Amino acid sequence: MELYQLTIHELQEKIRNGSVSATQITESVFSRIDAVEERVNSYIRLIKEEALNSAAKADENIKKGEIKSLTGIPIALKDIVCTKGITTTCGSHILHNFVPPYNATVVEKLKDAGAVFVGKTNMDEFAMGSSTETSYFGPTRNPWDLERIPGGSSGGSAAAVAADECIASIGSDTGGSIRQPAALCGVVGMKPTYGRVSRFGLIAFASSLDQIGPFTKDVEDCAIMMNALAGYDARESTSVSAEVPDYRQFAGQNIKGWKIGIPREYFIEGIDQEVNAAIKKAISVIEQCGGQCVDISLPHTQYCVAAYYIIAPAEASSNLARYDGVKYGHRTAEARDLLDMYKKTRMQGFGAEVKRRIMIGTYALSAGYYDAYYKKASQVRALIKRDFEEAFKKCDVILTPTTPTPAFKIGEKTDDPLQMYLSDIFTISTNLAGIPGISVPCGFTLGGLPIGVQFLASHFEEGKLIQIASAYEKSAEIEKRRPSL
Amino acid sequence: MEFETVIGLEVHAQMLTDTKIFCGCSTKFGGAPNSHTCPVCLGMPGVLPVLNKKVVEYAMKMALATNCEINKSCSFARKNYFYPDLPKGYQISQYAYPLAEHGHVILDINGEQTKIGITRIHMEEDAGKLMHDEHNPSSYIDLNRTGVPLIEIVSEPDMRSSEEAADYLKRLHEILVYLEICDGNMEEGSFRCDANVSIRPKGQNEFGTRAELKNMNSFRNVQRALEYEIKRQQYLVENGGTVVQETRLWDDAQGVTNSMRSKEEAHDYRYFPDPDLVPVLVDNAWIEEIKKGMPELPLAKRERFVKDYQIPAYDAGVLTSDKALANYYEEVVKLCSQPKAASNWVMGDVMRFLNEDKLDIRQCPITAKSLADMIRLIDEGSISGKMAKEIVGDMYKTGKSPQTIVEEKGMVQITDESELIKTITSIMEANPGQVADYRGGKEKIFGFFVGQAMKATKGKANPQLVNELLKKMLAG
Repeated sequence: MELYQLTIHELQEKIRNGSVSATQITESVFSRIDAVEERVNSYIRLIKEEALNSAAKADENIKKGEIKSLTGIPIALKDIVCTKGITTTCGSHILHNFVPPYNATVVEKLKDAGAVFVGKTNMDEFAMGSSTETSYFGPTRNPWDLERIPGGSSGGSAAAVAADECIASIGSDTGGSIRQPAALCGVVGMKPTYGRVSRFGLIAFASSLDQIGPFTKDVEDCAIMMNALAGYDARESTSVSAEVPDYRQFAGQNIKGWKIGIPREYFIEGIDQEVNAAIKKAISVIEQCGGQCVDISLPHTQYCVAAYYIIAPAEASSNLARYDGVKYGHRTAEARDLLDMYKKTRMQGFGAEVKRRIMIGTYALSAGYYDAYYKKASQVRALIKRDFEEAFKKCDVILTPTTPTPAFKIGEKTDDPLQMYLSDIFTISTNLAGIPGISVPCGFTLGGLPIGVQFLASHFEEGKLIQIASAYEKSAEIEKRRPSL
Repeated sequence: MEFETVIGLEVHAQMLTDTKIFCGCSTKFGGAPNSHTCPVCLGMPGVLPVLNKKVVEYAMKMALATNCEINKSCSFARKNYFYPDLPKGYQISQYAYPLAEHGHVILDINGEQTKIGITRIHMEEDAGKLMHDEHNPSSYIDLNRTGVPLIEIVSEPDMRSSEEAADYLKRLHEILVYLEICDGNMEEGSFRCDANVSIRPKGQNEFGTRAELKNMNSFRNVQRALEYEIKRQQYLVENGGTVVQETRLWDDAQGVTNSMRSKEEAHDYRYFPDPDLVPVLVDNAWIEEIKKGMPELPLAKRERFVKDYQIPAYDAGVLTSDKALANYYEEVVKLCSQPKAASNWVMGDVMRFLNEDKLDIRQCPITAKSLADMIRLIDEGSISGKMAKEIVGDMYKTGKSPQTIVEEKGMVQITDESELIKTITSIMEANPGQVADYRGGKEKIFGFFVGQAMKATKGKANPQLVNELLKKMLAG
């Protein structure tokens, strides 16, 4: 086994018993990056020098016996979180030269926990996409099949973990952008409760839906990352001060007597046969673990995608107004006047998908249309939230497929935005309701593509998700495979 | 045809908090361009606003002072438009759920009271400033003002003349300054006003089409702009034209309003709830706490002055127009117990000196104690009113106490009877003809003897005593 193949908890053990140094781990990860990055394109920017410097510092601390939960662990950051002094592009040409003078709160928290940052990962432009194909910096490829997409928008972060180009990574999830790529790349990905992890320094796509979360190689690592990330932040008004438990304590505990809700609306026509079979199998594993499956209904499920594609673009149209060429980022070289500068800057700076969503959002908020679109969508959102509240009266956790299909081919859906939007059909409702969700690998297709199962819990019940995901992971005995890069 | 004017005003007042509404930057006016900025007020990617609680408290004070109902829950919305002085591309304001509604202020014009309704008061952030280089095709942006807290006070269309509008503005201004939540500086833009004005035939219930006036940076300009606009609209209607809904800018130099944009060109601000902020919840306990910290307001002070000090309403109005002036006056009264005399001296000589030097009562060289001492000296008869006029001038120039000035100048009044009797006796001896005339019934000549006595004592004689003694001695 190479060091880069190990998990956080395995590496931490080696660090603690002195058998490896942080520098060795970091060097191992960079050797892997050198070997595969050209083919995968997980990263927009690598920061090897900084990484080796912080690994050296970590080694000094280790010598002093100061070992924190992530000391010496190489971690990749989605290029949507601001990093002080390091270019942060959000996958867009309009921010190709933007160097933040501040760190996102999660960056500070990971630093405090001892993490070593490897680089900034690739993503759909402004997190708008489900395949990482809308990135200005070219698509990321799925490590399991380089012809296929890794999912998105956090495709770079998912692929980097799957390809062992880092030990764990950070993504953001607005409608499935952590869970969907986690499923398609065969790794663990969690979207925490809205307000659980600070959004300060996360470049906003849709502020009421965005949430930061981790990609890891297993569930225990997910708990370790959540311990580092979760908590109240006075710099964010929507941050919640609820107590943060030690998530690690939930890993390894059984789920005997738990009620597992199976929402009938999530087992629909058009779901891939192999995905369907894998989920059925996952349900039986959960039952073997002592979980009791109950049929539940989330009656407003069919409106989720429609409501999401009003609310998210509406917020985005406003959030992205600041990219006007005035203060930072790209500005057109030639402009006749102010209006011309705005138009050319934004025409040149944004890609097609971002423009499409700005237009949808601007339209939905316009005078005369607001009530029919934004207001109606907000009302539907309230109903979706209530669906989950009702459901969690009947069950502890909900189980669904993470995605309707395994990874599709690069270019397959780029001309059909609606088809692309439907790849998030099982993940979007979570963000609308603000509840936490996790995707865990649950097998492979015959063609060798990973499949994910999704667990959802009520607000601030991330502990339950760790518990069931870890119980499932232990019992399912999913074949340990590695992508043959 | 006779027309009636309908005016509604929107006032923006900068709140005097130390820091901005959504970040910790200083709100100080001036400062090198962009020195009072941070990633939050610069609208950098990924940053988030956190509401300054002081702004809510200041806004609540204004709401209570204008008899508004404070909503138990209010929230912020985004007003979206592109402009270089607006770094986020939207202004955080309040829209559907403002802080307070349904208030009023009372105007008092020539003793006639009028109630002007307040539709709403809401909180929002200010924008930055653009500076255009006249010699270069360049513009510069100073974002120091970005995020400075504002409250917007929207009136009902209740005003019927430019005088009423000007008085309403003065009342709002006075309350804001009294509450110490706004410095009221119109030139620096701490207090700004937009006006909606329309006309309608007298007796008609429906409102006419309104024009919105902007760019008036003094009370006088607001009144001038309104007067111009009312005349313009009347002229239009009387000559067969129609008023169109538009925004018009006041041109101070030309004394006219010019069209800036029509209704068709108006922005669609695409307001929607700001997802980065949570609703502001106000409970009764908080309202009570704010009420406790409220100072006496101008109207109440005015009424109290009239009642407690028995001074005319006009005097009370002048003395309470500035809280510092009112405090000064009350201090003088407390020390000399002569409210009317105090009012005369403060409103007369003291304010005249200050106006001539364009000074504020806070900068007045005459302390309240000195003025009170002087009033007491008059009352005791130590100095005459005429002497006091001279003394108060010296007090203003030198800052010295009246006692010191009286001593230095040897200005003590002669109240010694025997000395005055001697003086009067010699005057009578020198003017036997006049004495005979007086005793013969020509009583008008009495003034002549008073003049002679004052002349002989160089004005130092106590006039009252001189009167008494003269009457007695001339009677023979």
